[in-house]
Amino acid sequence: MEARRKERIDRGIKVRSEGIYVVSSLKEMLYVAGPRVFLIAGLLLLPLVLEMAPYWKRVVNIMCVYGMLAISFDFLANIVGLVCLGGAMFIGVGGYMTAIFNVYLHCPVYLAIPLAGLAGASICTLLLLPCLSLRGVYFAIVTLMYPLLFTRIIEALNILGGTNGITGLDSFPNPYLENYVIIILLLVFVFGLRRLVDEDIGLVLRGIKDNDQSVKASGINVAHMKALAVFIASFIGCLGGAYLAHLYMWAGLSLFALDFSIIPIAAVTIGGGGSMLGALIGTFILVPLSEFLRFFGTFRIVIYCLILTGFIVFKSEGLLTYFARKYDQFERWAKI
Amino acid sequence: MSILSVENISKTFGGLQALMSVSFSVKQGEIYGIIGPNGSGKTTLINCITGFIKPEAGKVYFRGSNIKGWPAHKIARAGIARTFQVMRPYYSLPAYKNLIIPLWSPRARAIGGWRGGGKHGDRDTVAVDILEEIGFERDSRIPYKMASTLPTGYLKRLELARCIALRPEIIFCDEVFSGLSASEVAGMVPLIEKLKMEGITLIMVEHRLKELFRVADRVMALQFGEKIAEGHYKEVIADPRVKEAYLGSEEV
Repeated sequence: MEARRKERIDRGIKVRSEGIYVVSSLKEMLYVAGPRVFLIAGLLLLPLVLEMAPYWKRVVNIMCVYGMLAISFDFLANIVGLVCLGGAMFIGVGGYMTAIFNVYLHCPVYLAIPLAGLAGASICTLLLLPCLSLRGVYFAIVTLMYPLLFTRIIEALNILGGTNGITGLDSFPNPYLENYVIIILLLVFVFGLRRLVDEDIGLVLRGIKDNDQSVKASGINVAHMKALAVFIASFIGCLGGAYLAHLYMWAGLSLFALDFSIIPIAAVTIGGGGSMLGALIGTFILVPLSEFLRFFGTFRIVIYCLILTGFIVFKSEGLLTYFARKYDQFERWAKI
Repeated sequence: MSILSVENISKTFGGLQALMSVSFSVKQGEIYGIIGPNGSGKTTLINCITGFIKPEAGKVYFRGSNIKGWPAHKIARAGIARTFQVMRPYYSLPAYKNLIIPLWSPRARAIGGWRGGGKHGDRDTVAVDILEEIGFERDSRIPYKMASTLPTGYLKRLELARCIALRPEIIFCDEVFSGLSASEVAGMVPLIEKLKMEGITLIMVEHRLKELFRVADRVMALQFGEKIAEGHYKEVIADPRVKEAYLGSEEV
């Protein structure tokens, strides 16, 4: 019997050569565009497919909000090197800001959400500014603390509706708009962030994660760059929060819930970090999974934890990393 | 006319006096060597001048303005580049992408020219040009390899390339020869001389004295944070205190 071994071979297309796409045939064009088209078309068709299931359309909306948080976490943690557990802060600040603009200042929805994004991102960036020189777990602790701080301040001072929250936010004019606003925002930011990371300014951000001393020695103000990155990430998060507040037509203390900080991390861990798409895949698995498991009642969390552990133990590199490898390479048996 | 003059710089770490009012000045276009045994404060001196640590007392004049206490990035922007003794490349990036970061910096973009950042898209080419100049073979795959896979010799050059990309007036070289083989050092020496010919002032901290003395115009010796000798290298190694610092005193 002759000996054989499995070889793993890169597909013979130079699609991964530094931004230059060497595409020579329709097949190769499909190979490059396939996954992207699949993601975009899939997301855009989802509300139409779920026409008969309004509950699941709602789940898709919430899933997209978590997706926004996951890509902003992925961007900060795996590109810039700031482990930010501020998802709850971004959602809460964005939600309350849009409530202020919409209910108190009577801005229409389409104005209130972007304004809330900008104002919320400014507030979050200002609050995180003093902590930007912290690294790793210390930065994480501070970002985890802010949502608790906001909750207690709102409770204690009984401002912004106190424990009842601010009610009477405008809803979206029609259900399709409700779906597509968040889906399109999500797609724009995923591909936007991926582009940003490949630009020269993105290289500087990646350099900060690798070693900030060299970036300083290159005459670049590291604090400014980190602040810019936090602004971008919190802008994405605050837009998600503003959207969520309009979806619920209410901004309350539960917008500061810990889930918004934790689920994005779990999603990035499952999907694989650094590519934004991994974060997206993670949320597309975790959020619907958590809905499916409602069937098990209180036993749900146990099963959820088991599945999470399974992913982390058996595919610790992240699902996207795994699938991308399978897609870019093929295996065959070769004679030795 | 001295481009950089350091006056009475002092620094203590807790109870340890790392630098004890060290003064020196460097002329434009000169190669100035700093030698001294381990722990004599050479790297601390560089860190103090380039703003990575704050000196407690003293003044640092660069082209007439006192830059002491400026943040590190501002000093780099003014034109003082440095390498790190423990090499600090961006390991997750390919070698030539390591240079995009200094090329993107405000200083390089403002100066422009063939070594400056130029428009977007040119920077990759400029980066490979600089790497070629410093001894990365252009047509090989080496400039495109991940920094984490490069051998020490190339990483040392990459450190220097990162400084050159900033288009500095002064480069502080913190032990660029250490850890290199004799032939690699022989390859670095012409590079250093070439930088000098382009009018860049080099201040080199070095343990490899033989190689340093080949290129340095003047040398300073440090011991326990104090300047013990300065001048041409022959004068410095003839100084009894320098001999004692390196070899120990005879009476013991």
